[in-house]
Amino acid sequence: MRPLAGLKVLDFCWVAVGPMTTSYLAEYGATVVRIESKRRPETLRNAPPFGSPGQSVNRSGYFANYNANKYGMGVNMVHPQAREFVKRLVAWADLVTENFTPGTLEDWGLGYEELRQVKSDIILFSTSMLGRGGPYSKQPGFGAVLASLSGMTGLTGWPDRMPTNPYGAYTDFLVPRFAVPTILAALDYRRRTGRGQHLDVSQLEVALHFMAPLLLDYTINGRERERMGNRHPAAAPHGAYPCRGEDRWCTIACQTDTAWEALCQVMGFPLWTQEERFATLLGRKTHEDELDHLISEWTQGWEAYELMRTLQQACVPAGVVQTTQDLFDDPQLQHRGHFVFMDHPEVGRHPVQRSEFRLSRAPGEFRQAAPILGQHTVEVCKEILNMSEDEIVALTEAGILED
Amino acid sequence: MVSSDDAGLLSPYRVLDLTDERGILCGKILADLGADVIQIEPLGGSSARRIGPFYHDDPHPEHSLFWWSYAANKRSITLNITSSDGRALLKRLVSSAHFLIESFPPGHMERLGLAYDPLAAINPGLIVVSISPFGQDGPYAHYHTSDLIGMGMAGFMYVTGDPDRPPARVGVPHFYLHGAAAGATGAMIAHAQRVLTAQGQYVDASCQEAVARTLASAPQLFAIEKTVIRRQGSYRQTGDTTFMRITWPCKDGFVNFQLSGGAGAGRSVNNLIHWMEEEGHGDPVLSGLDWTTLGYGMINKELLERVVPPVEHFLMGHTKAELFEGAVKRRILLFPVATAKDIMQNTQLQARDYFRQVSHPDLATTIAYPGPFVRASATPLQLRRPAPKLGEHNAEIYLDDLGLTRDELVRLYEAGAI
Repeated sequence: MRPLAGLKVLDFCWVAVGPMTTSYLAEYGATVVRIESKRRPETLRNAPPFGSPGQSVNRSGYFANYNANKYGMGVNMVHPQAREFVKRLVAWADLVTENFTPGTLEDWGLGYEELRQVKSDIILFSTSMLGRGGPYSKQPGFGAVLASLSGMTGLTGWPDRMPTNPYGAYTDFLVPRFAVPTILAALDYRRRTGRGQHLDVSQLEVALHFMAPLLLDYTINGRERERMGNRHPAAAPHGAYPCRGEDRWCTIACQTDTAWEALCQVMGFPLWTQEERFATLLGRKTHEDELDHLISEWTQGWEAYELMRTLQQACVPAGVVQTTQDLFDDPQLQHRGHFVFMDHPEVGRHPVQRSEFRLSRAPGEFRQAAPILGQHTVEVCKEILNMSEDEIVALTEAGILED
Repeated sequence: MVSSDDAGLLSPYRVLDLTDERGILCGKILADLGADVIQIEPLGGSSARRIGPFYHDDPHPEHSLFWWSYAANKRSITLNITSSDGRALLKRLVSSAHFLIESFPPGHMERLGLAYDPLAAINPGLIVVSISPFGQDGPYAHYHTSDLIGMGMAGFMYVTGDPDRPPARVGVPHFYLHGAAAGATGAMIAHAQRVLTAQGQYVDASCQEAVARTLASAPQLFAIEKTVIRRQGSYRQTGDTTFMRITWPCKDGFVNFQLSGGAGAGRSVNNLIHWMEEEGHGDPVLSGLDWTTLGYGMINKELLERVVPPVEHFLMGHTKAELFEGAVKRRILLFPVATAKDIMQNTQLQARDYFRQVSHPDLATTIAYPGPFVRASATPLQLRRPAPKLGEHNAEIYLDDLGLTRDELVRLYEAGAI
């Protein structure tokens, strides 16, 4: 039996954080019904890359990565009768998920209290930038912006340059790994007690758990950390070093004497490695600029993967700075089957990233590619809501349902 | 700890947490959700206790702020699982536990006779979670690694940093945190299946895969368009010829503002343009566009180069606080690039009462900790206790739970098992 067999999810999520959260549920056997509208297609449907020429709401490979196995249902939520229709799906669902700006669901008359009237033990999962309540609750934003508010951007990059945002909507991808365990814990609690609840996740408040020691450092020691590139307070050498070819790099991290001595051995003990100032960690930290320069001179002649393998064999922590192209050729990711290639009528053949763990009794399952907008409207009406053909036609003609 | 079934989301469940700093967040997530998490430390203490910063810069195993952050809500016992008496005790604990999590190098548990199969023979319902850099097997499974190595191998560094400098990692070690949080996710999915089948199972989480899933659309951009995304400093590359501007200097620091099309981002840009017009900084090219009609991340370099200077000029005329204030009023996606001080003074976090005071009686002080990662209306998450001292709960677990005698406890201590 699939881990989440029988779990019914009514999914209003959009963009990255919400759909990635429900993608774990869909991968492991839940029935996830996405509510979308042609009138305002969700952002990711219009985001590159597009799998066939021209932009269309059904061609985004970005959207396809997070929405495999889900059912696509077209509902015009601004229609005055949409709410009554959606309540029929609420009655079916165990879990309702959404990541709108707080207040959106309430404006539709579908806030937690209203959902509870329909189904007393419903679990509503909400995630937003800054959570419900508070002066900035409704401030819109994406994870790309929020990395800065959590302090990550300010610490990333070089001390003599502007801060650099961690690539992409970075904090969006932290939240699902807190959200999914929380949702499943809430379902377990409901099983034990019969009680549903509203789960309200602030992306900022999750992200700060990745920053916790530094916040304590400030409150206790009054210290504000500076950007330090790739350096480490207690390791040297510790950086990305240039290799042969255009923009190729290999990281090296010597956190122990043994690793440093092994690195010297691979380098063939050039004279400078015997200098007193490089003999201890504190010495190497004091002379780190020069150390990095000398190591870079040596790495430049190496092909990056050759250097990585040679250093690894000598027990020196080292790894190629891989490009996205390299990820597809990475023998480890291939061994794990990280990228699952699926066929989609408009995106074409495209990779979906599987969950980052393997369950011995439940392989992740990829049954169907992400839905075309409104693809399953009729199917959901018939099979989940047992609606008649006539009723479906009537609601479609009334402009409530979209197919 | 006494817990009834409905006190917390996971209160009926016990977790044996054998992880060090590489898996420590997994048990923290489960502990915050209410599980009884017992951190099982080697006799000398977890290596996570050696990670700074430290309380009052005093490098001491009870003063690591890293340990405080990620071991709060857990209990601690010492146990030497390399001794046969230690392993026997672990097996007794396993018989009544629900989860066991570990982050040793792959193969270590097996060499100790503590792989999944022998543990499942004791307790078929047990869920065992392994967190490792690359997974339990495969060509890189035994690679020597660290945060830096992992972030590079997972594809994160190549796309982050300034284009004319080496690729950059996040300024705080995140590689293992991603994998550890993934471990909690896998553990709970396995638990859902256990509820249906009464069977436990083995969960093998990979930090590399977890970080590879933070790359937004970059992998798909390569697979579908053959575009290799490169690092762009204050810009972000979204396609072969498309970009968005992200980080901007202002009067007293930096702000983050996404100059991009798309439904949400485009509205925000339109609103900033109106603000510029209000203050007499209107620009004909900026104002002539409806940014919501441009696709998300679909702006080419020529357009960006034309529209960036007037926006930059406007932002440089204001402070972080002025810009954020104005952005909130006008629904613009703009936030300060926050420092630790900015975070502690963030009025939204204060209004939500995010930071929680935790009492440290031995230091005669209370300290503000980051609070719950979720507001659960029926079962509010709590910071029940600060991080445990080394072996603080040995007596509770070994005497009260396992029923060892004082005499046995002393002998096991002398023998180096606990």
